[in-house]
Amino acid sequence: MNITVIAWRNIWRNKRRTLITTASIFFGVIFAAVMSSMQEGSYSKMIDNVVKFYSGYLQIQLEDYWENKTINNTFVLTDTLLQKVHQSKEITGISPRLESFALASSDQLTKGAVIIGIDPERENKITNPEKWIIRGRYIHHGDQGVIMGNELAGYLHLDVGDTLVLLGMGYHGVNAAGKYPITGIFKNPLPQFNKTFVYMDLPLAQGLYSAPNRITSLVLMVKDHYHMPPARKALKSFIRTPYRLMSWDEMQPELVQMIASDRMGGKIMKAILYIIIAFGILGTVIMMFSERKRELGVMVSIGMQKTLLAGILFMETFYIGLLGVATGILATIPITTWFYHHPIRIAGEAAKAFLDMGVEPVFAFSLMPSVFYNQALTVFILIIIITIYPVVKTFRLDISNALRT
Amino acid sequence: MNIIEIKDLVKIYDSTEIEVTAVNHINLNFEKGEFSAVVGPSGSGKTTFLNLLGGLDRPTAGHIMIDGIDLWSLKPRQITDFRLHNIGFVFQSYNLLPVLTAKENVEFIMDLQGWPKAEREKRAKELLEAVGLGDRIHSRPGKLSGGQQQRVAVARALASKPKFILADEPTANLDSHSTENLLDIMEKLNREEGITFIFSTHDARVVKKAHRVITLEDGKVLSDEKK
Repeated sequence: MNITVIAWRNIWRNKRRTLITTASIFFGVIFAAVMSSMQEGSYSKMIDNVVKFYSGYLQIQLEDYWENKTINNTFVLTDTLLQKVHQSKEITGISPRLESFALASSDQLTKGAVIIGIDPERENKITNPEKWIIRGRYIHHGDQGVIMGNELAGYLHLDVGDTLVLLGMGYHGVNAAGKYPITGIFKNPLPQFNKTFVYMDLPLAQGLYSAPNRITSLVLMVKDHYHMPPARKALKSFIRTPYRLMSWDEMQPELVQMIASDRMGGKIMKAILYIIIAFGILGTVIMMFSERKRELGVMVSIGMQKTLLAGILFMETFYIGLLGVATGILATIPITTWFYHHPIRIAGEAAKAFLDMGVEPVFAFSLMPSVFYNQALTVFILIIIITIYPVVKTFRLDISNALRT
Repeated sequence: MNIIEIKDLVKIYDSTEIEVTAVNHINLNFEKGEFSAVVGPSGSGKTTFLNLLGGLDRPTAGHIMIDGIDLWSLKPRQITDFRLHNIGFVFQSYNLLPVLTAKENVEFIMDLQGWPKAEREKRAKELLEAVGLGDRIHSRPGKLSGGQQQRVAVARALASKPKFILADEPTANLDSHSTENLLDIMEKLNREEGITFIFSTHDARVVKKAHRVITLEDGKVLSDEKK
């Protein structure tokens, strides 16, 4: 008679108690898994916002550029560097950029703007600004016009076909000034883009800032954030002075911190939940041991080793945990899958708060395997801790006393 | 030939404020094939004596030699293993595993001994037929009467082919019919297969059937009569 069969039958001796204990694990796993899915999904969305709307996963810059973002900290993109980057199999997109600031003006009004010179085709493969166009058209290679955010255009009372005047400081202090027809107006999900960003063809921007062939950054894309560490490792092997490799998390430390603190909050909530569940399981285990003390004494007295008996008691708790976790995860999968495909869109003031943080107002969900197996792992760790009680009690079992109970 | 030799056995319980000597310098021998009853009033030390003999409780002093092996010189794991292979138990309250059928309860001990599945199934059926339960092998204890459960317990005790069987008041919870039936079975097994039985009992019917009656009082052997 296999001990697993005895353990399985034992847990059904008190069906109601087993079902109640299993149900507590079941609901705990659902709550924790759905919460984890929403947290991880939202973090992924935030990272996606940052990476896919603007920074890319990695950037190659001059060493001093990140601390001192001036047009003087630019570099000429060499074929050698480009070839080496291309050799990294993790890299799925490359886009050179020249970024700087300028005063953007119309007839009467002026506002500070971020000017980004891009290779329109390559940039489309990374941040895809073409899809944000709401009026006019996207820029193409050789275009002399610009596209700008709808809020900036609205502030300056400009629209497609009007002229935007830019005034700033170019490479090595020369004046940067120019007039550019507006070919398109875009609306990005993140409002700060719409309030400040102006895109133009890279050679046009290099002309504006008198920085021919120079760029501020080479933006690199990988498939997803799991592919970033190997890509970073591969690139770091040849990125040396005067260049520096920056990853999205280095460029966005506030976001990393926010995610870390939010994740910790979630962990504390889940810890409280699991502690409550653990005490529920412990209560069941204590009852299962106490009410069968005599029976356990009989099993040892007829010749069963205490180690084997402890194995039965462990299996009983393991089965209860397994039932709770398996049913909990099975119930969670359709819920999280539904919300993965239909994320919760936030409206009103809450949405505004999200947008102010630079985050799309969406509760996205994740289907990462870790969302599910972490719950199973947590319950099984709890079970191992909880079974210490019956195992210790079994080894301390006084047979003659047990037979008298 | 002595199968069990008990030398100067003492058991003192000191867990309470008063020290209680449950077994007081007992010296006894049991031969193979005996059908013995240990009798005495409540508190005379019968159950304690059987527990010491079965390796369930550690004596305060003295020795129990079983086939030349000093039982209490063994380590706890070895004592459990010794019980598995040498001693059969029949308890007052049957103490069958409620989640196992009659056949599985009998097989259980052979499984612990590592018997192959086919052999233990065959022996379990034979033993249950021998105790008159051939038609109830798939019944769980809850579906059996007290007498039937005790007969399963006897079959279980026999399953491991022990050197002797210790039965602690095996008829205490049985009606007269079941008691007669059980005693007949055990007497037959003793007579035909030479199995050694040692009972503790209050029951006059058991005493009547026993070939040797050892009377305990205050933990001491008051009398030891062979019929």
